[in-house]
Amino acid sequence: MAMVGDAISHSVLPGIVIAFMMGGKLGSWYLLVGAAVFGIITTFLIEFFNKKGGMQHDATIGVVFTSLFALGIILVTVYARDVDIDQDCVLYGELDHVAIEDGVHLSGLIIPYTVIRLSVMLLCVIALVIIGYRGLFLTTFDAAYAATIGISVMSWHYILMAAVSLSTVLSFGSVGAILVVAFLITPPATAYLLTDKLKQMIFLSVLFGITGSIIGYYFATAIDGATSAAIASVLGMQFIVVFVWKVVEKRFSRKETVAQ
Amino acid sequence: MVDIQNIIDFLSLKEANVRYVVLGTILLSVASSVIGCFALLRKRALIVDSISHSVLPGVCIGFMISGTKDPLFLLGGAMLTGWLSIYFIDIITRYSKIKADTAIGLNLSVFFAVGILLLTIIQNSGNPNQSGLSDFLFGKAATMVESDMLTFGGMALLVISGVALFYKQFVLISFDMNFAKTIGLNIKFYEFVLSILTVMAVAIGIQTVGVVLMAAMLITPAATARYWTDNLRMMLLIAAVIGAFSGIAGAFISYTYDNMPTGPWIVIVFSLIAIASMIFAPRKGIVAKWFRQKQNSYKIMEDNILKAFYHLGEKEGDFYKKRTVEDLMNLRKFERGRLLNGLKWLSAENTIVHINDTYVLSKRGKAAGERIVRIHRLWELYLKKYLRVADDHVHDDAETIEHIITPELELQLEKLLDYPEEDQHNKKIPYSK
Repeated sequence: MAMVGDAISHSVLPGIVIAFMMGGKLGSWYLLVGAAVFGIITTFLIEFFNKKGGMQHDATIGVVFTSLFALGIILVTVYARDVDIDQDCVLYGELDHVAIEDGVHLSGLIIPYTVIRLSVMLLCVIALVIIGYRGLFLTTFDAAYAATIGISVMSWHYILMAAVSLSTVLSFGSVGAILVVAFLITPPATAYLLTDKLKQMIFLSVLFGITGSIIGYYFATAIDGATSAAIASVLGMQFIVVFVWKVVEKRFSRKETVAQ
Repeated sequence: MVDIQNIIDFLSLKEANVRYVVLGTILLSVASSVIGCFALLRKRALIVDSISHSVLPGVCIGFMISGTKDPLFLLGGAMLTGWLSIYFIDIITRYSKIKADTAIGLNLSVFFAVGILLLTIIQNSGNPNQSGLSDFLFGKAATMVESDMLTFGGMALLVISGVALFYKQFVLISFDMNFAKTIGLNIKFYEFVLSILTVMAVAIGIQTVGVVLMAAMLITPAATARYWTDNLRMMLLIAAVIGAFSGIAGAFISYTYDNMPTGPWIVIVFSLIAIASMIFAPRKGIVAKWFRQKQNSYKIMEDNILKAFYHLGEKEGDFYKKRTVEDLMNLRKFERGRLLNGLKWLSAENTIVHINDTYVLSKRGKAAGERIVRIHRLWELYLKKYLRVADDHVHDDAETIEHIITPELELQLEKLLDYPEEDQHNKKIPYSK
């Protein structure tokens, strides 16, 4: 499913642009709805092209997200004058602008709107994972079993994809459409190298996400580059370190068994 | 706005600028469409996406080393990191439990992040040459000049001739790895050549459509061509034609309208052709498939009705008795509406005759019903005798196969079972004599 996440993060673009054209602003409800709608359209189209259209599955993903992204880019260029959105924002977001943005004033402290929005999203995602743990768990690992005990695999699939689209669009303004994929995939993949248990995996990937963000921020300041890209690079470094460590460890234990 | 003069101006390629853009775009589109066919057939469509995102850090490194936008440095860097991403995906999937799609997503986003990081560092460094470097992100086909055309067009030609030269070897490693191994083909080497050509096509194509849309340049024409043919040569040709056509269309749209980007329009044209093919292609299209399904369900309905007539006739010893709709419904659970339709079609074919409210089998109808019953019983016997399927399990299978078996298979079945008189339920197997 990793690549479906990637596809969604690209193909929500037309939804966002259309929402902008209808008068939405970064972070407004219009955008969320537009993105969620296009996220679900993407999932549906991939499914449809593959099942009904008989297209090879990996090709389907590629065809669907590139078409929708192309549509989004065309809309951005055509309506660039009327819309407060540009191509750079699509690519790497404006995490560095969060600090100078306006927000809620709270006893002398300004909490930027972006921080508030993302916190709300975080709470929603946590709530979804806690409340829907059983459904998500079963449909992820054993769809056939889930179906026999009466859990709707299809609805959980769409709920998960809607959550992915929403997270994507909310992170969109901060990190951009492509880098969000690094945030979606890399920490879980690193965690997955270390454990087989879902709960541990979730915990570890959160840990990697937090440490990666902190290190990435200081890294970016040190070398004067984009913060979001630096964080994603650090997440990638974490993966490489764990991966190499695992491979070396495996080699080592194999040699030991041979020696015994 | 579009008018005839505009189209003529465009097609006559009078302006040197238009000439370069059009020629360059066609060459790039054709090269990536052709190489994309192999990526698709080897189930590596998404690796292309990873390559195209991964060339970005290479472009930046090339720029940082040379300090200029010398295409050779940029392309060299692009090809290096593009190829590295294929290598990493291979390593990750081979040495860990991480699956290919996760490895691809991880690679493309992290490589891209490094690329963006380098790009922002370059932007903040204030090097005056850097302007236009970010064009690699979205492509800028419309600004292609003569020297670009020569470099990129030349490399596109190199990719195309590479495919022509190694066509046979590429076919082997795409379709029949085992055979390629048996005849001692140097698989590693040819896989390497193919991956280099793919990376090359991506690296030069980025100029036209940019990082994100590059995947479409390789995947979509190939996936579209797949609807029209099963023959690889034809597939390459069709993909190349689609590539060339969309290249021209994209260039034309951005020439005609102000501010219209070429790359995204090429991709949109690709996708429209793909969707049209998916719906209307003969044999593999949705319409053709739907039509075939309809025909099959007609045939099954007709077969079942004739069989019901035959069973009734067998029971009462009179095959040519008049039957009412209720008679048939009592024998088999037909849906009334569909049964009436089926009876109408059969009457039109003269396999049954409609008299007032009753229906009678014609000679041809009786023979047809007999044949279906014969196949059904022969098949049951065959399953029991040769595959040792239990008695109560053979019926459902025979119920399906009776509509499919050809006269040749029927004859073989009869010979194999040596023209048995009765099936295992002691029902007579009818032969036409």
